[in-house]
Formats: sequence, structure tokens, C-alpha cells
Amino acid sequence: MEQEVQEFTITAYTENHVGLLHRLTIIFTKRKINIESLTTSESETEGIHRFTIAVTETEEQVKKVVKQIEKQVEVLKADYYTKKEVVQQELALYKISTKSLTNGLEVERIVREHNARFLTIEKHFVVIEKSGFRRETIALFNELKPFGINEFVRSGRIAVSRERYGIGRDVEKILTEATMV
Amino acid sequence: MGTVEAPELTSQPKTVDTIRMTGAEALVQILLKENVDTAFGYPGGAIMPVYDALYDHQDSIHHVLARHEQGAIHMAQGYARTSGKVGVCLATSGPGATNLITGIADAQIDSTPLVCITGQVNSSLLGSDAFQECDVLGISMPVTKWNFQITRAEEIPEALAKAFYLAKTGRPGPVVIDITKDAQFEEFDYKYEKCTSLRSYKPKPKLDHAKIEEAAELINNAERPYVLFGQGVILANAEKEFKQFIEKTGIPSAWTIMGLSALETDHPLNVGMLGMHGNYGPNLLTNECDVLIAVGMRFDDRVTGNLSKYAKQAKVIHLEIDPAEIDKNVPADVAVLGDAKESLSELIKLVKPKSYEEWLQRFRDCDEKEWEKVIKDELHPESNILSMGEVIRIVNDITNDDHILVTDVGQHQMVACRYSKFTRPKSNITSGGLGTMGFGLPAGIGAALGAPDRTVIVVVGDGGFQMTMQELATIYQTKVKVKVLLLNNEFLGMVRQWQQLFFEKRYSSTELINPDFQLLAKGFYIPTKKVTERENLEKAIAEFINYDGAYFLEVMVGKENNVFPMVPSGSGVAEIRLE
Ligand SMILES: Cc1ncc(C[n+]2csc(CCOP(=O)(O)OP(=O)(O)O)c2C)c(N)n1
Repeated sequence: MEQEVQEFTITAYTENHVGLLHRLTIIFTKRKINIESLTTSESETEGIHRFTIAVTETEEQVKKVVKQIEKQVEVLKADYYTKKEVVQQELALYKISTKSLTNGLEVERIVREHNARFLTIEKHFVVIEKSGFRRETIALFNELKPFGINEFVRSGRIAVSRERYGIGRDVEKILTEATMV
Repeated sequence: MGTVEAPELTSQPKTVDTIRMTGAEALVQILLKENVDTAFGYPGGAIMPVYDALYDHQDSIHHVLARHEQGAIHMAQGYARTSGKVGVCLATSGPGATNLITGIADAQIDSTPLVCITGQVNSSLLGSDAFQECDVLGISMPVTKWNFQITRAEEIPEALAKAFYLAKTGRPGPVVIDITKDAQFEEFDYKYEKCTSLRSYKPKPKLDHAKIEEAAELINNAERPYVLFGQGVILANAEKEFKQFIEKTGIPSAWTIMGLSALETDHPLNVGMLGMHGNYGPNLLTNECDVLIAVGMRFDDRVTGNLSKYAKQAKVIHLEIDPAEIDKNVPADVAVLGDAKESLSELIKLVKPKSYEEWLQRFRDCDEKEWEKVIKDELHPESNILSMGEVIRIVNDITNDDHILVTDVGQHQMVACRYSKFTRPKSNITSGGLGTMGFGLPAGIGAALGAPDRTVIVVVGDGGFQMTMQELATIYQTKVKVKVLLLNNEFLGMVRQWQQLFFEKRYSSTELINPDFQLLAKGFYIPTKKVTERENLEKAIAEFINYDGAYFLEVMVGKENNVFPMVPSGSGVAEIRLE
């Protein structure tokens, strides 16, 4: 049965090892899966890193990919979530010319209405910051567009699960068991 | 009252059990600690310090000098598979390392434990496109279980301890350790401790007894159960438990090419070979069993054919060590994760003694049909033209089914695996997953060194032989008693067969104008003979096998013979063709 593609967030807790990023992306390349975004950061556990990978795929394929990720020697635990199962955010920065501000209050109104904020106001440019869902950062982009956007960037998706504890719990358990050996 | 100043914690005093030595010397010491007595390789600039250190340990480590790094790594693979030990392979940076890649990929897909040590340019030159610099880590990452680059001597013990541990535990696989030349020269305080666990790595999933019970329940209630076994049985050293399991349950059992020899050929429950050129019954009846029990096999597409027509009627039990294999190709109704030896031992306790006479008879009926249509003429041809099958039949007779068979890739591989007989496990070495032409000859050299008391027969085609035939020189230099049996059809036979069947006989680039193989073998100082007539065949094979030493035998076989049965690619297993 062909499954529909949908948005998934894959989370992996790992050791901090040179080359692991490459090892993980190979798993996607091998299956010709496009990684929409990939973020690495620390996790709640000291010394343990966390990968957050956004893909649009079938659940069946994502399941297989997660098993391949977990198979890597330095990966402690991996799992995947649908859109509904996570609280997720992206961060976007918009650089526009300072002149756009001097022609009335239009830009300030837009920024306020979108719950965005000015990160910095320089002589020639201002930087606006907005965090939120993809559609929200895009909506702001579209409204600022007439004023001329000199530069735009959006971060990868970061997400935490809607469970009380994420797989971090399992990672803690693995680490405790390891120290007992 | 002033605060008490805590004494500063100084670093641990140097323990006395460290010894000062170079990285290269440490590497050799570690090989000794890991019980490595044979290594395969090829020297060059970036690995010279290690070779220099090996020079002092020639009595304890036999370094086999191959004639190409691909040869060296296939030797290490053959060695690992017959000895059950980790195969060790050495190469220099750049082209030395890239020449290993085919073998690494082969070992990865066929789960062969290897530690490959590659030299690398000085750490100060990394990234500068230095002479013979190549990103070995990057290039080997998709085909290794683990890899690591060492740039300081002090990293050597821990990295190598991990390498050996990871290569052989869990689902085995190849590991690459890339060592910069300066790290090999550098002196440091050496101390070695073997690795026994890693917190992020679980070699064997814990057995889940509920799953064992579920599996037993399905098996006990089955009417037409069917076992498929693969290399997992061999890698877990579970041949004994496997036999107990099928003997107690009475279930007919078929093998994948990687599982061959885990169960003796003539065992009444051994119903034969699975897959594209497997036996008729084992393929056909896959779609008639009610419970399919897969033991240490991964449902490769060469075994399953078209998945949408594969065993849809059956409940599937999958005994497997690697969680990533579960539901990868064929969904499991009951997945028993674990080492095959442990899983089978537990399962044996819960299954009921049974027999399936009628069901087994179905396999025998199929065998009869296959005998009439295919086997009879392959083993006892009526025409004057020699067949590959009759050669294998005579080999079986003369060795008493007690040889190690090493095959290359192609028609001869399928024929040799179909018709060879085995009484002992770990007796079949072939490139299953990758299908690497050129594997056979070097793997045979390694296999012979890994099992010195056994007769090793390498069966090769005239195409694949020419990919690594320079290793005949290694046979002579190393005095390996390996027997090379060339089945010469003057074609890239397997590809020609497909051209005949599916490309209207358009033989595009498959005909081989060959060198004089007799002269060639003589040039390598190897006793040789060529057979073109049936009347000389038996005597020649007897001489070939009984000769005390390496021997090269060339048999001219039918140029346009085909291997049947066949499950054409894209077809279901039940659409197997007998002609
Ligand atoms: C390295 C490599 N290149 C190409 C192939 C494709 N291939 C598979 S079988 C085969 C023909 C093998 O011919 P030969 O070695 O003469 O054996 P035969 O089939 O005639 O027994 C070829 C070219 C392969 N498996 N491996």
C-alpha cells in the first residue's frame, strides 16, 4: 500500500563524534530523501548531542531511516514524530533598509502585528526577527517584500515532543546502565 | 577564620604499565594483543612506519603481500569467513586506500568482520591535496560499520580497541582506521586495554521472551511451516542449535547463498537453495507455506523476487540480530530480535516435536520435476559439450563433500553453489550481496590461510578470474595450497545468458577473446592442466585435488549454456522458470 508523504521530525541523541553528521546524511542520500533542515545542538544531558532533522516522506520510509540512524555506532537513540506530536519552531531574520522605516509607520505596524521584533537598527539597515511556524515566517516575508528585503534567512526546524519526557528519558537510562557495567 | 584551600588535583601520576614506543610499534603490539597472526596488505609511503614495525615481528605476524589492494582485502574477507576471526588488511593512503573500497563494500553488505588500516598523509598536510591524500574517512563512510582517523599516537590504543570490538560483535562488519604518518612515527606512552562495551552501541538486542513464545505458538500451530536460513546462523555459530531446531520441529528448510553449508546438503530437511537461480521447490513453495520462519537472513531481492508477490499468504517470523532488517523488505508478524544462537536455544524449548510428511513430499515432487527438466542434464549431459554441473559433481565425489568452496560471480557461482555438497559448516565463501567479480581467487587464498587443514577449491569464470588473476603470484610467493578451477566458457556467461533471454541474443561486449591461461599459470609457476574432453575430466580433477599444493585446472565448458531454474527479475518467486 502506497502511503502518503507528510512532514516528520526525526530526533537522534548521539555522542559528539567527528563525521557522525556525514554518516547520518548518507542514510538520506542513499535513499534519495531530501533533508529539509538539519539542526545539531546540545541536549538536556551533558555531553550528549541532539540532531533534529526535518523531512517530508512516507511514514514507512521514515521508520526505516530511523532504524538505520539508530544502527550507527555513536547514536544512542532515535525516533520520529508527526507534526501533531511536536512543538516546533523556526527562526527567521529579515534585513531591510532603514529608509523603509522613515516613510511612515507601516513597517513597525507589520512587525508588531506579526509578533516579530527589531533585533538591531543600524544606520543603513534594520534586522527583524521572527520565530514561529513556516507559514508565519513566510507571511511576514510576503508583507515585508514591498519594502525590499536585502537579506533573508530561516533556521532549521527545532522541535520537542509533546510527550512528558522525550526519548531523552531512554537515553538517560542507557547512560545509567552503561556506568553500572 | 580563613577558608581552607583545597589542594589542587594534579593529573594522575604516570602508571608504570605504560611503555614508550612509536605509534607504528604500538599498532603492531595491538595486533598481537588481538591475536592477529595473519594480515594482508600492500605497502606504500604513508604506511611505511607500520611496515617497518612489522619487520621485527615476522615470526608472529604473517604479512601476506598481495598484488593489488583489492586482492588483499578479498583475502582478508576469505580469511575472516573460514577462520571466524577478524580479517586485517593494510594499505597506503590515496590509491592504496581507494583500491580497498570494493572489498569494504563487499564486507559491509555480507557482514564480514574486518579491520582495515590505511596510512594517511601527515596531519599538517590534511586538506591540502597533498601527494596521495584522499578523504578515506569520507569515501569509506557509506560502506563501513565504523571508521576513525587517528592524527596523534595516543589515540591509537583506544581507536584500535574499538575497531576490533565493533568489527566482530553484533552484526559484524568492516571498520576503517586511517592513521596519519606522523602519528605512526610519534612516540607516546603505550598501554592497551581491549574494548568490551560502548555506551552508545548495543551489539545484541536483549531477547524478548514474549516474542519467543509468540513465535513458538505460531510454529506449533502451523500446517505448512517453512524455514529460510541465512548467514546469520553461521555468524552466530548457531549451526548446532539450528539443526536441533529443525530436527525437533521437522520443518523443511531452504538456504540463501550466504547460509549455504550451515546445514549439511544431504540433511533430509534441507530442501535446497532460495533465490533467482535457486531450486524449484524452495521458490515455488514459498508462496504456499502458512508460516515462514526466517533465521538470520535479510530478504534480499535476489531471494524474494517481486515483493508484491512474495509469501503474501504466510505469517512471517523473523529471527534477526539487526533491528534495521526487521520490516525492511518483508514485514514480520513476529520479530524475534537477538543473536541466532540465543534465540534458537530458547525457541527449541518451546516448540513441539512434529513432522510434516505430506508437506515435505511437495518439495520432493518439485525436486523430481527439476531433476527431469534441469538437473539431470546439467550433471550428466547427453551432448559432448562439457557442463559446469558435471565438473562440480566430480569435485564432490572426489572430496567426499568435505572441501571449502570459494566462488567468484556469475553462472559458475550459481552452478557451484547449486550442486556442491557440504558436510561441514563455514565451507562456502562467496560474494553474495555485492556480487563482486574478482572476489574468488583472492578470497580463496585468504580462505586457505584461515583453514589450513582443509582443501580449498576456488571456482572462477574466465571473466572474473581476469579481474584479480595477478594474485596467482601471491599463491606462489606465499605457498598457499589453493586449487583454482577455471570454468571457461569464453563469455561473460551470466550477462550473455540475460542477453539471450531478455535482449534478443544481442551479445553486446560479452564475448571474451582470452589469453592462454595455461601459459599464464605456468608463468606464475603453478602446475596447470586444461581439459576439453569428457574422457579426461575425472582424472584431471582427481589430480587437481590430490596434488599437494596449489594447482590450476581449466575446463572448457559449453559456451552458451544457461543456468536454470530462474526467477526473472521483476517476477514473483512462484513464476520460476525451469527452461
Ligand atoms: C566487478 C563486476 N563487474 C561486473 C559485474 C556484472 N557481471 C555479473 S556476472 C558477469 C559475468 C561473469 O562472467 P565470468 O566471470 O566469465 O563467469 P560466468 O558467468 O561465465 O560463469 C558480469 C559481467 C559484476 N558482477 N562485478
